[in-house]
Amino acid sequence: MEIHKTSWPMRILVFVLFVYLLAPVILVFPLSFSGDQVLRFPPSFWSTRWYSALFANSQMLKAFWTSLSLAAIVTALSIVIAVPAAWVMTRLKFTGRDLLFNLFTAPLLLPTIVLGLAILIVFASFGLLATMHGLVFAHLVVTLPYALRVLAVSLSTQDRACEEAARTLGAKPLTVFFRVTVPMLTPGIVAAAALCFLVSFDEVVITLFLTGPRISTLPVELYNYVYNQADPLVAAASALLILLTLAVIMIVERAMGLGKAFVK
Amino acid sequence: MSAAPALPRAWRDGQLAVLLLLPIALINAIGFILPVLNLARYSFNRSRIGGGIEQVFTWENWAGLLSDPFYLELVLNSVWISLAITLTTLVVSYPIALYLHRASGSWRTFLTVLVISPLLTSAVVRTYGWIAILTDDGPVVSAIKALGLPAPSLMFNIKGVFIGLTEILMPYMILALMAGFGRLDPRVEEAARTLGATPARTFRKVILPLTLPGIALGCLLCFVLAVSSFITPKLMGGGRVFLLATEIYDQAIVTLNWPLASTLSILVLIVFGAALWAYSAVLRRLD
Repeated sequence: MEIHKTSWPMRILVFVLFVYLLAPVILVFPLSFSGDQVLRFPPSFWSTRWYSALFANSQMLKAFWTSLSLAAIVTALSIVIAVPAAWVMTRLKFTGRDLLFNLFTAPLLLPTIVLGLAILIVFASFGLLATMHGLVFAHLVVTLPYALRVLAVSLSTQDRACEEAARTLGAKPLTVFFRVTVPMLTPGIVAAAALCFLVSFDEVVITLFLTGPRISTLPVELYNYVYNQADPLVAAASALLILLTLAVIMIVERAMGLGKAFVK
Repeated sequence: MSAAPALPRAWRDGQLAVLLLLPIALINAIGFILPVLNLARYSFNRSRIGGGIEQVFTWENWAGLLSDPFYLELVLNSVWISLAITLTTLVVSYPIALYLHRASGSWRTFLTVLVISPLLTSAVVRTYGWIAILTDDGPVVSAIKALGLPAPSLMFNIKGVFIGLTEILMPYMILALMAGFGRLDPRVEEAARTLGATPARTFRKVILPLTLPGIALGCLLCFVLAVSSFITPKLMGGGRVFLLATEIYDQAIVTLNWPLASTLSILVLIVFGAALWAYSAVLRRLD
């Protein structure tokens, strides 16, 4: 039985608000097929010229590959570093554990503009500005808290009986970890990896402080492009980025769904 | 006898913990703690013209900031605009959160995904979408013109920043509101209605008080994000909208006055502290 009957004015209001919420994301798709030289909507005619322009733009392509390899490296390192850390945080008891956990997730609380400036000043003296090493390190500062949080939640909700059983049957701690804990943690690892990948791939404020003409990421290049001119080229790039994001989400959904089916 | 092996075991655990936590601790120390402490130290350094820095201990930056009417106005402006954006975000997010709270099944899942999906889209992409919507040849201005009304200027001023930033903060607000809606039982509303309360009165006397913790959390989150937002004001303001975050970037990258940029950053953190204090004061009063 329906207790709540949402009235029609309320439904219309919610619909209008959803349109407002989704408008900028949806609009870039038709706009990316504009044939106009300037931003105009609706476009006066349709074409794929901005996709051609995007793929002919060597600067954007280079930035895309930088972003992709950066995000891949950062994701792999985040998982390798955060899985043992999350294991310690959930499986070992020691004083100051909560304090350490809060400290390790604290970078998320700092506004990125402040963190970006803080890292810029320190990196300038280390000679890490506009280098791949520097970007990887700075991105790890923001992705590790996400990875640690997701993995700690997965590990603390994991059933410990299998680990106990393996240990009782004589498996060494390292064997238990790699043969029982990690396989059971796979859904959590996939979720954490996807989150790290998206965070690193989309990161723009901190990266803006650390990039230069020598090395630049796609979001930073898009930011610079929009800052200097407004034409539908960025719409084409945005449409592709949104599709990439959707693909990552679907991979997670698949993995998590499969993972859940396996556990059940 | 049984206590004897416990000590080496604990000791071994401790060693193992240190070893496994070393990488994350190093990154946290070098990439977070050291930079933030250094930032606080920099706010007492002196900047030379042309980007040089003098390692001294001076209150000049702080004194200059507090005596310069430009910066006072900048801080007040940022806080006011962020407050106004937060309240607007609350008003436009509340109906969606309430609707989602009452929805069920796959419809609810679908709508929740719609709410979260903009969060996973780059801020540059969403800001660009707003530029396309609000530009002079865009759909909104065209529609207003078609109605025969004078064409408003929505870009490169605070109006555009306001509209765009409100939308960008909506998902955070909706999620925070929904997290706080747990206490809202439909039967309580039902009881109020059965006892003869009008819908407006039910909202004011029952729904609103029960959802106040969620409102407080969402407002804190959005205010903090609005004060530190940078991409949207920079791209949609066209250099004509001055806020704390854009000024920090300009001082750091354009003027190369790192001590002043650091001082402004610490100021942002102080504003954060004040917001957090206000939030806990509100929560205390609710309890």
